[in-house]
Amino acid sequence: MELTKGLLSILLTMILTQNFVLAKFLGICPFLGVSKKVNTAVGMSMAVIFVMALATAVTYPINKYLLVANNLEYLQTIVFILVIAALVQMVEIVLKKYMPALYNSLGIYLPLITTNCAVLGVVTLNIDSGYNFVESMVCALGGGIGFLVAMVMFAGVRSRLESCDIPKFLKGLPITLVAASLVSLSFLGFAGVVENIFA
Amino acid sequence: MAEKKSLGKELTKGIIIENPVLRLVLGTCPTLATTTSVTSAIGMGISASIVLICSNIVISALRKVIPAKVRIPAYIVVIASFVTIVQMLVKAFVPVLDEQLGVYLPLIVVNCIILGRAEAFAGKNGVLASAVDGLGMGIGFTVALFVMGTIREILGAGSFLAGISGLIGGTFDGFKIPFLNENPMLIFILAPGGFFVYGLVMALSNKLAESKGKPKAELQGCEKCPMAKSCSIRMTDEACDKKEVEA
Repeated sequence: MELTKGLLSILLTMILTQNFVLAKFLGICPFLGVSKKVNTAVGMSMAVIFVMALATAVTYPINKYLLVANNLEYLQTIVFILVIAALVQMVEIVLKKYMPALYNSLGIYLPLITTNCAVLGVVTLNIDSGYNFVESMVCALGGGIGFLVAMVMFAGVRSRLESCDIPKFLKGLPITLVAASLVSLSFLGFAGVVENIFA
Repeated sequence: MAEKKSLGKELTKGIIIENPVLRLVLGTCPTLATTTSVTSAIGMGISASIVLICSNIVISALRKVIPAKVRIPAYIVVIASFVTIVQMLVKAFVPVLDEQLGVYLPLIVVNCIILGRAEAFAGKNGVLASAVDGLGMGIGFTVALFVMGTIREILGAGSFLAGISGLIGGTFDGFKIPFLNENPMLIFILAPGGFFVYGLVMALSNKLAESKGKPKAELQGCEKCPMAKSCSIRMTDEACDKKEVEA
């Protein structure tokens, strides 16, 4: 019971109060670039959830049994980015060969994800927070779902924005950023919610 | 080719005409995350600039040795090594900055400005030109962060350069802005303020750009993206087109 409570609390914190995009500013490029339509936003987010979970599952044992065990913590950044890059490429090859349907829906987003700071971010964050394996996986999952929620919500906001009369110099990116600010403001409303649920 | 262009031009283009943050829209994540105070903005700007200059130098020196097919992984290793060096230096000499930047310090690795410059410039040009290009881009990045940090810190915390002593030593520890210091608009140093200020600063830079007859800043499409070439290793052109159609 205590364990589920702890895990649920991590999950909700990552989705609502510590949302990767809206509170931590990780993965802003896809958030601004791929959020014009809801279905592209969902596809991209699904790929992010998948890669985040996979990257966490692979880097956790590497960190624990290879780096920490040999006092090589200072190599974390180099090792993680290479592992993630190799992993993404491998996943792409495997998907292309064995699951073409899935590849068609997620595959095109995969290369964009290697240099997505959200993935390296979640891996680094898990280690900084000292989470164990299960907690790390839940944190990665929560981060990914949070990304999905933010992307889908924002895609909705943006489709409304298309038909608005916007001052000339705010057109395009500036108004998108201002809209993102309002979405982010609404997420500030969740501050304290998670703590209160489990109090 | 590098010799024909004047080095001064390479330097200034990164600061204004091709400012990475406001014109090329690269490195948005650290821009939003580390501009809550001027001190951390400067710290981030300098750290990223050091990595950018060093990696540009090494990559351009090795540009004839690195095979084209594995250049992106090679670039990433070079960049990650310099990030690790900077990370260790910051931890040892400016621990305050390490606390402020937190997870964003190792994340310099995935800052698109650095890989973008490696791909677009350092991989094709001489060592000196690449170093100057890195310096210009680094200054442009730092200036943009400084501007945003100034706006956000003054409005959101009512101070300017607070905590600077942790960065440069000495006893000077920033100014307090009267009135705003007692009644800060906290929202500006929270996440929504970051998006908001970035949006407005970009609108202003678009206006200035237009008065000079330059196009406004836009998130680059697939073909203009500095990462396009690195993508194409894995991403075929039709996938790129497909994405364009969908998006």
